[in-house]
Amino acid sequence: MSDMRTPLAKVRGLGSAKDGTTHFWRQRVTAVANVFLISFFVILVIALQGADYASFTEALQNPFISILLLLVILVGCLHMKLGMQVIIEDYIHSEGLKLLLLMGNIFFASIIALSSVVAVLKISFGG
Amino acid sequence: MAEFKLPKNSRMGEGKVWPKPEGATNTREYRIYRWSPDDGRNPRIDTYYVDADECGPMVLDALIYIKDKVDPTLTFRRSCREGICGSCAMNIDGTNTLACTKGADECSHEIVKIYPLPHMPVVKDLVPDLTRFYAQHRSIEPWLKTSTPEPEKEWLQSYEDRQKLDGLYECILCACCSTSCPSYWWNGDRYLGPAILLQAYRWLIDSRDEATGERLDNLEDPFRLYRCHTIMNCSQACPKGLNPAKAIAEIKKMMVERRV
Repeated sequence: MSDMRTPLAKVRGLGSAKDGTTHFWRQRVTAVANVFLISFFVILVIALQGADYASFTEALQNPFISILLLLVILVGCLHMKLGMQVIIEDYIHSEGLKLLLLMGNIFFASIIALSSVVAVLKISFGG
Repeated sequence: MAEFKLPKNSRMGEGKVWPKPEGATNTREYRIYRWSPDDGRNPRIDTYYVDADECGPMVLDALIYIKDKVDPTLTFRRSCREGICGSCAMNIDGTNTLACTKGADECSHEIVKIYPLPHMPVVKDLVPDLTRFYAQHRSIEPWLKTSTPEPEKEWLQSYEDRQKLDGLYECILCACCSTSCPSYWWNGDRYLGPAILLQAYRWLIDSRDEATGERLDNLEDPFRLYRCHTIMNCSQACPKGLNPAKAIAEIKKMMVERRV
């Protein structure tokens, strides 16, 4: 089908979504938070290197450590979801596939985040 | 999907090797993209030899030499020959730039390769179709917008506010930056691209303009503005030494500023 719209009509398209800044801002905020959170996570992993299961669970039962670990998971997964969304929007141009992948991205990040949260909570509450 | 391979009818083949100018002792080799809508053939790369002693120093001089003395069918745009009209923007020696301000001896390779601006429809040879680019420029309404009744003489602007337009008003819309941007290659139908966003910022920062909020509304879009991932090809390519990436960052700052 030939498209006889004027170039300006094509460029204007469906108009501005009046959105995008929320995504931009969240990605920046989570990036800044991750500088500290991922550093904490790396230090924690190094500190627990070679530890047995008992000392590992003991560490996670410390509320400061478990709260920080939960933040690592939630902030990390949100950042991951936001980043992947941009990659999908950049490179996938078939509308149906794009929609499916964008949904899949939300499901994937949510499942990873929630199952990790449950694991941490289980250990930190002594399960 | 992003395209990693050119479509079948766009793949380039070897073209004609044109004879060296007779009696020339100092020649430079040019390999130039050729495509004509009339012959149904794929694009090809023709090889030309230019007598450097008989030709001016710029790449545009060499193109004019070729058109005059070797092959009159070679098609390209040119007008001012001094970097102010933006007509002769093309990909020379791997970078988008103006043929008129690029010295042949500035090229990093002995053989100078010339292609049209990347990822644009080609009209013929080195002439890209910039229709969409101009429509995008039109879409940001690049003129002064005011609601206050016009003053009798002129809209006043302080010296400091006028200085804010330096580094923006010099843009000649040659499209070197936009066509060097991978984001514009993949999403040029929805992303406005660095040149147009620099122009948008030129009107956003103009102290005389009264439509700043409306202009920001028009740009606030995941594709129109936020496809910029600070790749910085734009600032590297700009033949006028401008910094579109910074202008885009400033627009993003204004977007955040008006909501936090």
